[in-house]
Amino acid sequence: MSVPPPITKLFTRHTLYRALLFLCALTGFGQMPIYKRYYLADIPGFGWLADFYVTRFVHYLGAALLLGLLAYTVADYLMRRRSIGSPSWSAWVRSALLATIVTSGIFFVAKNLAGAYFPPTAIIVGNLLHLGAVMGLLAVSSYCLLFGKGWTSDPGIHKPKRV
Amino acid sequence: MSRGSKRPTLSRRAFLKGGLAAAGLVAGAGTANAALTPGDDHLATLIDISRCIGCGECVAACREANRSEYPQPKKPFPKMYPPRAKVADWSDKQAVDDRLTPYNWLYIQQATITVAGEERDLTIPRRCMHCVNPPCVKLCPWGSAKQLENGISRIDSEICLGGSKCNKVCPWDIPQRQTGVGLYLDLLPNFAGNGVMYKCHRCHARVAAGELPACIEACPEDVQTIGPRREIIAAAHELAKAVGGYVYGEAENGGTNTLYVSPVPFETLREAIETGPGQPDLQPVKDTMAQANQLISAMVMAPIAGAAAAIGKFYAATRSSQEEG
Repeated sequence: MSVPPPITKLFTRHTLYRALLFLCALTGFGQMPIYKRYYLADIPGFGWLADFYVTRFVHYLGAALLLGLLAYTVADYLMRRRSIGSPSWSAWVRSALLATIVTSGIFFVAKNLAGAYFPPTAIIVGNLLHLGAVMGLLAVSSYCLLFGKGWTSDPGIHKPKRV
Repeated sequence: MSRGSKRPTLSRRAFLKGGLAAAGLVAGAGTANAALTPGDDHLATLIDISRCIGCGECVAACREANRSEYPQPKKPFPKMYPPRAKVADWSDKQAVDDRLTPYNWLYIQQATITVAGEERDLTIPRRCMHCVNPPCVKLCPWGSAKQLENGISRIDSEICLGGSKCNKVCPWDIPQRQTGVGLYLDLLPNFAGNGVMYKCHRCHARVAAGELPACIEACPEDVQTIGPRREIIAAAHELAKAVGGYVYGEAENGGTNTLYVSPVPFETLREAIETGPGQPDLQPVKDTMAQANQLISAMVMAPIAGAAAAIGKFYAATRSSQEEG
């Protein structure tokens, strides 16, 4: 009989990253009025996806946690880069997409404050950047997951295991 | 909703005349004036309910001024999938004036109430409240709703897709949809979007040209006063104090640029008005944008905490290896 892994092993940085990415993407897409129209909010337990205020709150919460995780990862990498190795090409692509998401996300958080006025064109461009970068990140991440592409050039380090 | 606490000191007509110029000056100062809180430099209106006689001149003036912007839908409408997406067609009911529609951005709400033992009919002009931090604008997923620096919120019919999110997040059910018009027809009309949302934009072009909104100009009873929000709030309290009345809109949804003064409590008034789709309530409204905005401090702190944790881990590992070595 196999021994189940300890609970701490289940909450690795990769698992947390994927969970937060999923949560933010789910609630982010929920900012468009699609979940009710396409019956997703009718699935038991997913009714909250049709409430724009709830999805926005959860999106902000997920974004805060993701920002914390990204800051931890970047700081950790900078201090241990000699032992970790150089980033892979997919890490550069994903990092650029994450940076776009974070930057445009900060713009939207600022935009939502009272007294903040931005030109409509900037808002539309920001929307397209945020949404486009998320879709790009999901596509690249899926590719990396499927083909076992890690974050660093050195095999075995920060590399997701293929199932 | 609050009760007035100051005595009136302003002439209503003088305020009306001077208000726009003063507002222009304040708006010109912009955000450089640190003493201003968001919304203080917005243009706000005060609606004195007890003066309204329900003549409908404001409704007619609104229609006349904005008729050129009314939707002209193409029929037949595209079939929408899934069938849950319903057509909203007011093009054959353009004369409806007892609620808000894409062709009626202002209507007169009626209430029969008892004041000092005497039955009295009150009429209330209802339109967009023009929130200080409007959720319809801020949460529009596409950026077609916009707020001008003078506080006017408006929907750009050229790029609105008619998803109606603005209506769902509006505490007063203000924006109204017309199917068969707008940008969605050129994208995926069967699967995304459903027309264009319409609502009062407080005659933004007239205001930009230094004119009054049509409803205010046409009112024979001077029911509405317009000016900088800070002054309008003061005037509302003065008026409420003078008539023993109540103020609505100062704090609702974090503050709006439309303030009502009623001779009876708004709890009483809202029991007497008809509410429903396109017929806004006068309920207490918490600041709908505030809840998520409170997480901004967490967004600032989280990266600091994350970086600190990484540094702490690195320091502990270095120290451990030194001790072992």
